[in-house]
Amino acid sequence: MIPALIPMVTGASLTFWICAPLAVLGALGLVLFRKAVYSALSMAFVMLNLAVLYGTMDAPFLVFVQIIVYTGAIMMLFLFVLMLVGIDTPDSVIETLRGQRWLAALAALGTVGLLFFGIGGSVRSGPFAGLTEANAIGNVEGIASLVFGRYVFIFELTSALLITAALAAMVLAHRTRVTEKIGQRLQAAQRMRDYAETGAHPGPLPASGVFAGHNSIAVPALLPDGSVAESSVSRTLVLRGAALDPEDLRSMTADRFAAIEGVKEEEGDE
Amino acid sequence: MTNPENVLMLAGVLFTIGALGVMLRRNALVAFMCVELMLNAANLALVTGSTMNGGLDGQVASFFVMVVAAAEVVVGLAIIMTIYRTRRTTSVDDANLLKL
Repeated sequence: MIPALIPMVTGASLTFWICAPLAVLGALGLVLFRKAVYSALSMAFVMLNLAVLYGTMDAPFLVFVQIIVYTGAIMMLFLFVLMLVGIDTPDSVIETLRGQRWLAALAALGTVGLLFFGIGGSVRSGPFAGLTEANAIGNVEGIASLVFGRYVFIFELTSALLITAALAAMVLAHRTRVTEKIGQRLQAAQRMRDYAETGAHPGPLPASGVFAGHNSIAVPALLPDGSVAESSVSRTLVLRGAALDPEDLRSMTADRFAAIEGVKEEEGDE
Repeated sequence: MTNPENVLMLAGVLFTIGALGVMLRRNALVAFMCVELMLNAANLALVTGSTMNGGLDGQVASFFVMVVAAAEVVVGLAIIMTIYRTRRTTSVDDANLLKL
């Protein structure tokens, strides 16, 4: 006899009243956050809360499947794709369809009403059976006997589905290369050719922060004459607006130079 | 034991918020996540039904929903990646080549 895996029966109701508002808050965050990464994180938060709720409802197997498959695999896949595409493009706020928001809110209200009063009205009220009897041989064993017994054909079909999905992902991700791949040797030759033709510097780009007050990657390098080396800051940072204004830095450098000159002059006076 | 009716209400609320997100958001990834939220709400309802009726069938159904969701996410994200690669955007408004 396996003891209850998650002995939260007495606190189940308390757990529900803690987790349910948190899940709703996370769901609202998913819809309302402008930045997609925040949305993804609140989605993961909702999933974790749902996992806890599964725990209170005698479904220890689903707790772990929810955390491992949903929060672990699916959400992280989402985050990977978010990092690959448009992390720097926040959702536009402009309504393309007039009145879409109000209509959407109305539709949501209608859905809630339908779910609560239409379907909810047909839910029979207690006493509820509970799962103590069904879980008598253990939750995982019970689910396994159903999956490999009554639902074995569906289980076989899911394997076909998973293989099809993997194939589809490979086909969609495949890209025929139309230009030659630029390797190290080709790149070096190209650099030397550029140097011969246009005089472009063949060496590495200047490092950020050189001769400036900071060595952060967001600070452009200042050349010895006080002008700014544009190529020293990553283009992504400039697009995102994270790079510091070179004017402030230049004035700071000018102040430093002036201070040094002042010290020299004082020394010269003595 | 938690009152299953409350859990069903929570599932309804989560489903509605997900539907609202699908209607409001135009970033394809966020809309897709809202679809996932709706699937999760349905899962919660299934697990609750399992508790109410005293059988594990609801949990098995929920498990199958998770498997299907995993397959769906793989294909959906691959499609979003392909659209991003050709059109440099993830907004659902910009995929309008079929429009006259």
